[in-house]
Amino acid sequence: MTFFLQNFFNGIMLGGLYALIAVGYSMVYGILRLINFAHGDVMMMGVYFAYYSAVVFSLNPILSFTVAVLGAAALGFLIDRVAYKPLRKAPRISALITAIGVSFFLENLAVVIFGAIPKSFLDVFKDKSILEKTITVADARIPLLTFLVIIVTFAMFSVLFFVVYKTKIGMAMRAIAADIPTTSLMGVNVDNVIGFTFALGSALAAAGGIMWAMRFPNVHPYMGFVPGLKAFIAAVFGGIGSISGAVLGGILLGMIEIFLAAYFPSVMGYRDAFAFIILITVLLVKPSGLLGKKAIEKV
Amino acid sequence: MSEIALEIKDLHVYYGSIHALKGISLVVPKGQIVTLIGANGAGKTTTLSAVAGLVRVQKGKVIFEGQDITNKPPHLVNRLGIALVPEGRRIFPNLTVYENLLMGAYNRKDKDGIKEDLEWIFQLFPRLKERLKQLGGTLSGGEQQMLAISRALMSRPRLLMMDEPSLGLAPILVSEVFEVIQKINREGTTILLIEQNALGALKVAHYGYVLETGTIVLEGPAQELLNNELVKKAYLGIA
Ligand SMILES: Nc1ncnc2c1ncn2[C@@H]1O[C@H](COP(=O)(O)OP(=O)(O)O)[C@@H](O)[C@H]1O
Ligand SMILES: [Mg+2]
Repeated sequence: MTFFLQNFFNGIMLGGLYALIAVGYSMVYGILRLINFAHGDVMMMGVYFAYYSAVVFSLNPILSFTVAVLGAAALGFLIDRVAYKPLRKAPRISALITAIGVSFFLENLAVVIFGAIPKSFLDVFKDKSILEKTITVADARIPLLTFLVIIVTFAMFSVLFFVVYKTKIGMAMRAIAADIPTTSLMGVNVDNVIGFTFALGSALAAAGGIMWAMRFPNVHPYMGFVPGLKAFIAAVFGGIGSISGAVLGGILLGMIEIFLAAYFPSVMGYRDAFAFIILITVLLVKPSGLLGKKAIEKV
Repeated sequence: MSEIALEIKDLHVYYGSIHALKGISLVVPKGQIVTLIGANGAGKTTTLSAVAGLVRVQKGKVIFEGQDITNKPPHLVNRLGIALVPEGRRIFPNLTVYENLLMGAYNRKDKDGIKEDLEWIFQLFPRLKERLKQLGGTLSGGEQQMLAISRALMSRPRLLMMDEPSLGLAPILVSEVFEVIQKINREGTTILLIEQNALGALKVAHYGYVLETGTIVLEGPAQELLNNELVKKAYLGIA
């Protein structure tokens, strides 16, 4: 029971982080049918923003987090404006190739600005004792940090669902996902709404990335690759284009990874392969994903 | 010339090498219903799309209330007071009926005015009121057409453009739609109506234009067109 609970909380935490990142892939795909390969790199930039805010500029944790999340949002908006917006009417493959280009650009930019030598995210904690604190749940000792991450993650999901389903701009986002020209006929500046979508997805990815770095503190310019890829798989698993699908896919993927590794430790070394097995299975059995509606188009 | 709502001058539109509009000109006077009739593929939808900013105008001008709006992006055209009920309704299937209506009012800040207009729309189409919470995609064809018209009205347009609103509707609904068009017009909205149903359109319109493969071949007061030999033969099915 203790063992189960420990893994359960780890699974929820890891899955929640995948989900936070996956939402950005899914929203952008839902609107532009674009797989934004640079998404994991925007996450990486967000982690650096947080690191520098806290370590170099000595801002307090909440302020560092806020600065990083807003910085990543601005970066996401800017990437859409500069790289993707000029290609809205171009063939889809052009935008896809551009996305790969943006990914390389951000990674190299990070090498130039922040350096290629990895930094430890644990430097942001002035008082390292917080890392040791635990909470006991029915005999299982769960790190306080795990709880914090889970709470922040679910708070961010609440904000996300509020924005998408209860606000005017969220309504426009959903309208655009269905029909861009008709949305523009309603007087909606579609490019601004798309820009907002990029900003929102990037903010969530940065939040996810920062919390990821608390768990895996190795911060370097290529750190966006693995969580980005996993989150992309989670988005496809849940049904790319669907926001609830991304959340569900992320959480399930995290749970499956943690529990397989926990109960079948002999296959631990192949942990990252699980994600791909899931991806291939989903693509074979239900290409539209768990909550997706239409079949995925070929890109 | 304050009594002119919309003026189109020598409009040319191409789709690649297809010359879809070959220099059409027309005038929609304020307060009137003007109809543009023509067979499938004549260029009717292209004309409305050009006014709305959805397709590029290569040559010619679109003037709304004296202002040149040629090639303005669609959201700015809408904000100037032009709404389009698009071909095929284009309801947002994943939004509720209520949200579809709110999309129409996207740029309005006058909450009271929006409420008033909703009440007016529920009088025009009582069926919509019962379906407010349903997703747009679950409505029947007729209900979707009513929603499309209502959604366009929610921006309180001074010019309402409608692309074949009677298409694919049961005969009872067709006459209901034409009645509603007259009602909306009597409340003061100028209307540019596109139809393949020439008889229905000419009966409610003040003035009409006949479009054939990208060129206007005939125009006149709707009553005269109803009695015109060419129109009778080609569009009303009367030999
Ligand atoms: N998106 C498009 N691409 C290429 N050709 C088009 C497109 N839309 C319309 N056309 C062509 O332009 C002409 C006019 O079409 P349209 O304006 O839709 O006619 P109508 O609405 O009167 O049926 C037709 O020959 C049609 O095939
Ligand atoms: Mg048409």
